[in-house]
Amino acid sequence: MAVQILRDRSRATVQKVVLGATKEQGGTRSHTIVVGGDAALPFHHFEGEISRPVIAMEVQDIVPDWPEVLKDPFNDVINEPGRWAQKCVAAYGADLIYLKLAGADPEGANRSVDQCVATVKEVLQAVGVPLIVVGCDDVEKDHDVLEAVAETAAGENLLLGNAEQDNYKSLTAACMVHKHNIIARSPLDINICKQLNILINEMNLGLDHIVIDPSIGGLGYGIEYAYSIMERIRLGALQGDKMLSMPVICTVGYEAWRAKEAVAPVSEYPGWGKEVERGILWEAVTATALLQAGAHILLMRHPEAVAKVKENIDQLMASNAY
Amino acid sequence: MALTGLEIYKQLPKKNCGECGTPTCLAFAMNLAAGKASLDSCPYVSDAAREALNAAAAPPIAKVVLGTGTAAVEMGDETELFRHDKRFYHETAIAIQVSDNLSNEELMAKVAAINELQFDRVGQHYTIQAIAIRHDADDPNAFQAAVAAVAAATRLNLILMADDAAVLKTAVAGVADRKPLLYAATAANYEAMTALAKEFNCPLAVYGNGLEELAGLVDKIVALGCKQLVLDPGARETSRAVADFTQIRRLAIKKRFRSFGYPIIALTTAGDPLAEILQATNYISKYASLVVLRTAAKEHLLPLLSWRQNLYTDPQVPIRVEEKLNEIGAVNENSPVYVTTNFSLTYYSVEGEIESTKIPSYLLSVDTDGLSVLTAYADGKFEAEKIAGVMKKVGLENKVKHRRIIIPGAVAVLKGKLEDLTGWEVLVGPREASGIVAFARANLAS
Ligand code: SF4
Repeated sequence: MAVQILRDRSRATVQKVVLGATKEQGGTRSHTIVVGGDAALPFHHFEGEISRPVIAMEVQDIVPDWPEVLKDPFNDVINEPGRWAQKCVAAYGADLIYLKLAGADPEGANRSVDQCVATVKEVLQAVGVPLIVVGCDDVEKDHDVLEAVAETAAGENLLLGNAEQDNYKSLTAACMVHKHNIIARSPLDINICKQLNILINEMNLGLDHIVIDPSIGGLGYGIEYAYSIMERIRLGALQGDKMLSMPVICTVGYEAWRAKEAVAPVSEYPGWGKEVERGILWEAVTATALLQAGAHILLMRHPEAVAKVKENIDQLMASNAY
Repeated sequence: MALTGLEIYKQLPKKNCGECGTPTCLAFAMNLAAGKASLDSCPYVSDAAREALNAAAAPPIAKVVLGTGTAAVEMGDETELFRHDKRFYHETAIAIQVSDNLSNEELMAKVAAINELQFDRVGQHYTIQAIAIRHDADDPNAFQAAVAAVAAATRLNLILMADDAAVLKTAVAGVADRKPLLYAATAANYEAMTALAKEFNCPLAVYGNGLEELAGLVDKIVALGCKQLVLDPGARETSRAVADFTQIRRLAIKKRFRSFGYPIIALTTAGDPLAEILQATNYISKYASLVVLRTAAKEHLLPLLSWRQNLYTDPQVPIRVEEKLNEIGAVNENSPVYVTTNFSLTYYSVEGEIESTKIPSYLLSVDTDGLSVLTAYADGKFEAEKIAGVMKKVGLENKVKHRRIIIPGAVAVLKGKLEDLTGWEVLVGPREASGIVAFARANLAS
């Protein structure tokens, strides 16, 4: 019997979100990056346009409490966020920089708002790629820090996070006033995800300025929940559900490197094999699996994992039209 | 998709003769639909009706078995395109490839390493399923020797890969009782390969250069009487393979396209082992029932097998551990006591971190219906009364001399109530399992 290729026609596409702004557009980025716009399930080039997923490499404002294998590649720059970001872009080909202002944490380094703003400026000056900036997860401190960052970087069209269900108003307002994009983070729950997008949109921030963070689990620790939620988000978007139509961002590096399997030395777990490649793969497999579920922006850490995932994206972006 | 009684009734002769053991065709149809009767009981059913009923009753993707006995692995028999619609059933089988070009010493070393590929993590045991022996050598006899040597050295299932049916035959005769997969029937050799698969009753892989050729070959092979098939559409670039696998799965499930109603085999091609694992991650995600790899390093396989396990879990069932007092290390009456929920991911992260403190400890897993700490608390399934009850139930006061228990930081609010209820001192632990080592260093003398 002859094979009749099955093509699902989608009713709508994933929202396009533009990150960064060039000089002409009121910012200082060397180029912008567009995420989203897909008209089909991930990498189904045979039935619709597919957007290219991008990788943002993580930089922090303080020396992070990371395992050695993760810090090694950055040892020469880890004290200087600007140079660290430069290295991610120039040496490792990061599409974007994901700046986590972990040092703002009142329980930790408790860096001041001014210090945080200075770090953002330093990184903006050091690289030409668009920036993602998130706070330290302390609600009150983040409120102050992110507002100041939004104001200082007005025009740069940053992606700022995180807005959550019971704490989205001030960040949404800051993004509207200073023209940035927002990360809407929901706790592995598609209903809350949708609800939060509605709430943010009701404050008049356009749908083309929202990115969904569904809260992933890392490989081996609940990744399958995120996988299924992301598949449902993409199916919803293609069926025309506007409130699920935003691009998806995934905290791959953070979740992957929390796992014992990513870092435990072979001396302690001889059955698991050597730790360096095991850790790199723990991050890269987390990313690859989530790409198949519809990830648009991967937040990653290890340069080698980044390199392998980029190569994988290249391969998946080859047309498979019939 | 099973047929209803009425749909079956339409195909029956409607003689109501009763020879099938039920008085009417309709009653017989109802029994058939319920799986309580066999179509063979009706002597009058037409061949056309029989074929239509059999085809409709068959699962959209056939179950194909590789191997025999306890090592046997079932492939296919899937019903969904997305795991959230129900679940995926039969975990992708993983095989590691070896070549008959290797010297006997190299081959045995490789097989020994492959036999070692067994992993324990978070209370689960992961294994691989097969060794694929590939005929690359110039000497046709090398294949038979390699297959025999591998078969003797492993209990894993076997996949025999050779283009020449005559070469394959020399090898399969000695290992037919292991029910190896024969790889592969092609446009050039399918008659001989099909004869071989029938003679030795082995599953057969079908290689087509593209979907069209594959479907045509499958039809010819089925017509020759072989039905335990595994499909290879020939794609070796990741993107093309993912598209072809998706088409095979979609057509089988949504269109009941019989030629594609079989499990899929995927062969990786990336030279770099890390890239190879990512390629395999795509194939596992996108419907491969069998993936043949080259790398056999533990650090490469553990992440891949973890993904396979995650993908194939039942989305409806939270994974849980038993409610009990667990001992971590050589505990005694002075050992600290931690409490957490019975959601297995929570439990095993906590257990792993406690292990890393190197302080022998008790870990009390409270039955929260497999919910994590915060979800369980929000649901009223992880409250002071509940914890106090479980402490009693496991006889905690007889296990330790001290009266101190550590609760997760995320439920610090339970401290007062739990102290009132039990009279024990309640220590608030870290919010994340990853904080346990630092917590223990600061709060627990070893
Ligand atoms: S034997 Fe066949 S024809 Fe006769 S009653 Fe049964 S189903 Fe009907």
